[in-house]
Amino acid sequence: MSEQETSSATGHSQRPAIAWRNPPLLFELSREGRLGVELPPVGVAESALEELLPESVRRTDLAGLPEVSEVDVIRHFIRLSRRNYTPELSLYPLGSCTMKYNPRLNEEVVRLPGFANSHPLQPISTVQGNLELFWALEQALIQLTGLSRVSLSPAAGAQGEFVGMLMVRAALDKRGEGRRYVLIPDSAHGTNPASAAFAGYQVKELLSNEHGTLDLEDLERAMTEEVAALMLTVPNTLGVFEDQILEIARIVHSKGGLLYCDGANFNAFIGKVRPGDMGVDVLHMNLHKTFTTPHGGGGPGSGPVAVGEELVPFLPAPLVNSGADGFTLDFDRPDSIGRVRSFHGQFGMLVRALAYIVGMGGEGLAKIAENAVLNANYLRKGLEGSYHLPYTTPTLHEVVFTDKRQTASGVTTLDIAKRLMDYGFHPPTIYFPINVSGALMIEPTETAAKEDLDSFVEAMCSIAIEAEEAPELVQGAPYTTPVRRCDEALAARKPVLRWHPPEAADS
Amino acid sequence: MYLDEYLYSKEHEWVHVEGETCVLGVTDFAQHQLGDVVFVELPEVGQTFEADDEIGSIESVKAVAELYTPVAGEVVETNEAVVDDPEVLNSDPHNNGWLIKMKIDAGADLSGLMSADQYKEFIDGEDA
Repeated sequence: MSEQETSSATGHSQRPAIAWRNPPLLFELSREGRLGVELPPVGVAESALEELLPESVRRTDLAGLPEVSEVDVIRHFIRLSRRNYTPELSLYPLGSCTMKYNPRLNEEVVRLPGFANSHPLQPISTVQGNLELFWALEQALIQLTGLSRVSLSPAAGAQGEFVGMLMVRAALDKRGEGRRYVLIPDSAHGTNPASAAFAGYQVKELLSNEHGTLDLEDLERAMTEEVAALMLTVPNTLGVFEDQILEIARIVHSKGGLLYCDGANFNAFIGKVRPGDMGVDVLHMNLHKTFTTPHGGGGPGSGPVAVGEELVPFLPAPLVNSGADGFTLDFDRPDSIGRVRSFHGQFGMLVRALAYIVGMGGEGLAKIAENAVLNANYLRKGLEGSYHLPYTTPTLHEVVFTDKRQTASGVTTLDIAKRLMDYGFHPPTIYFPINVSGALMIEPTETAAKEDLDSFVEAMCSIAIEAEEAPELVQGAPYTTPVRRCDEALAARKPVLRWHPPEAADS
Repeated sequence: MYLDEYLYSKEHEWVHVEGETCVLGVTDFAQHQLGDVVFVELPEVGQTFEADDEIGSIESVKAVAELYTPVAGEVVETNEAVVDDPEVLNSDPHNNGWLIKMKIDAGADLSGLMSADQYKEFIDGEDA
């Protein structure tokens, strides 16, 4: 029996149910005739609807919109907002997602009137500052990646991957080479195979070796002249750096292939190593991970793509150029794969990212990588006594544990994740990467302080003890959340995607 | 559990050869690793595949797993009951949870597949 259900000897509940903890939907709050706003009297002559519209296009019933007051609406959303878990609340160690704190300074800068009130259709001469921002951000990213040019257009990491693979395809077409395959290790980000497939390639998977890295002999065997590219996540989803990257690049290039780097984990080595120097031909970055722009419901993503010389002609249009006439938009790109996003990408995210880069400076950015790696390794050290570490290779910015030591008592990764909510933490990524059975993928990011890490380790170690001494406690978690354990299989098999009015509920 | 008349692959598919056709499904070990299956995507009848080609996918609450065919051939029937009710894959993977029937290619090579005993040994190794 959970704490919430405990009753005293008199039959009275210690924790009476509070209606707003399980708030009704706005539709359920609706009362006929209730209003949030009263419109002023109409100042012009009114015409009857019948005179304005033929019967065939007139609604016979209303759309069923809720009729609620202002306070109903405000309370509804405030109640929902109190269920949020955000990086502003506590550690959010969702591996691979890099849920780091978003500095308030970025928010100040993006709200400057020149940025906030400009329109993408304004004459270029009136938005030179905005174009300079594109140009400056591109220069910064060129410097950090060691590549030749950058498109800021892609609206998310996955779109960046897709754009990167379309450019690979365009470059190979230009060479007159119709290659069929893309190689992707099992430790890559999950979106890579989809990006390659959407660009028209067949995906071949490469298995990691016992160190969690790519096996060079496997690569040598798989890398033929039919292979367009290798898509490598660096460091990979195990948090392991591909320490043979130069040899990997050599093998791929020796067969005329291109090396794609998924740079979503760039925060692990930014300012330390440049992908261009590692032999990478094309790389996407996630501004919403490495460069602290908000994401995960807090804001849209942004996934710029950087390329080496060979791929520059194929970059999406437009690019921003700097010349004697100031900053201009370059649409005259005959080999370009075309436009990939309306206007110029997620402008607000580009402003925030540049604010962060300039605010941190070169040395500050290198410090990000150091702290991201230090924090992940501090957690690794703190947890390796309690949880199984499937790969003992040194890890960078994230670390993957499993539930192997807990399964003997019947406690699984899912149970551990649910129990962690009772300790006030967002659970880590679970059951990913898929090449690790029962994976718990933890990424604290560089914005966690030692005290945050210590309390997370303490919580995880307590759960390991509970798993041994009281497994049913962990299996029954969570107890303190607005809803208890959900039936995830039922939700996926028979999803209820919309509210139905009560009288139609049975239909 | 692991029937002697079936053959097994390292990707955890089982194959039941009946003359020139075979029935293909995933093993109990595989469904257990996947957890509750929520979505099954199968190939179309009439599609032809080489051995080790990806032919569909199985989505569970934990992950999406690719489905491979260890046998070269043409799809002659698919199990729509599993598509409608993926739970069958968890409850009865070796019988009612079958996925596709294939007409085996004349030159198909099944020698790389495992017997039930070999497969049991193989998964004991995977579990450790």
